[in-house]
Amino acid sequence: MRFAVVRFGGSNCDLDVVHVLRDVCGVDTDLIWYKEGIGPGYDAVVLPGGFSYGDYLRAGAIAARTPIMEEILRHAKKGGLVLGVCNGAQIGAESGLVQGTFTLNAYPKFLCRPAHLRVENNGTPFTSLYREGEVIRIPIAHKEGRYMADPETLATLNRERRVVFRFSDPEGRVTDEVNHNGSAENITGVLGNGGNFLAMMPHPERASEEALGSVDGKRIFLSMIRHIEEKG
Amino acid sequence: MNFDVEVRIALKPGILDPEARAIQHALADLGFATTRLSTARVFSITLEAGDRSHAEEMAKQMCERLLANPVIHRYEVKVRE
Repeated sequence: MRFAVVRFGGSNCDLDVVHVLRDVCGVDTDLIWYKEGIGPGYDAVVLPGGFSYGDYLRAGAIAARTPIMEEILRHAKKGGLVLGVCNGAQIGAESGLVQGTFTLNAYPKFLCRPAHLRVENNGTPFTSLYREGEVIRIPIAHKEGRYMADPETLATLNRERRVVFRFSDPEGRVTDEVNHNGSAENITGVLGNGGNFLAMMPHPERASEEALGSVDGKRIFLSMIRHIEEKG
Repeated sequence: MNFDVEVRIALKPGILDPEARAIQHALADLGFATTRLSTARVFSITLEAGDRSHAEEMAKQMCERLLANPVIHRYEVKVRE
């Protein structure tokens, strides 16, 4: 089993993700410079957080149109897993891997803080090790993280259970008060059409070791590993 | 032939514009009351095209494929020779 973590110019959470995959989860992981391309042979690809291309134009817009994304689209079409975290989620939305977009926070400042998330669907390759409705704590760090989609798209996402995480309070109540960035329906984790791309704004790699105050994010990576193992 | 093209990208009506709201508040602090304020982004592009309509079509493709995000944006293209 092998994971690829893609580094664009301006990625800055790439090494954190590599560390968690290799040293915490014990899975073989390559850090890939985006110009090199990923090639075949990877079971999962992670698009890490950061500020690819300095967030020029729109966060993720330029990285989404680089040649490596065509390879990642092909990987995803074949059923390969892709996890987009923060800037990776923005890149995923800009590339059409998930519907909707992540745009400027409702109160337009950079937010860096712990957030409670309610797990809305544990029947995904990314969340099988959580309980449905479980509340987890994973930090956010973004200025363009407000999830937006038109009402028809939101209805489809809800119907197809492609909403994976919503901002909630510690008891799991989904309210405006805990909707950190003003996202539509508090959504901050959403699946692509095939169910094998997860775009999420919170940073699971920052919540995967006790020393960092929460290990709630680790199960995302472990769920992916389990999914790959079971698929053979 | 070279054409100068101006592309204007703005949020669709009804889409929350936090940047505009912050600017409106800052203007209010300076004593300027405003009833409406919106933001837009303008790209000035010079490109080579066979004719005017080709230039316009190219600029529209640029909007569709990169400059605008169809989820939140609308765009306008103006061509000058």
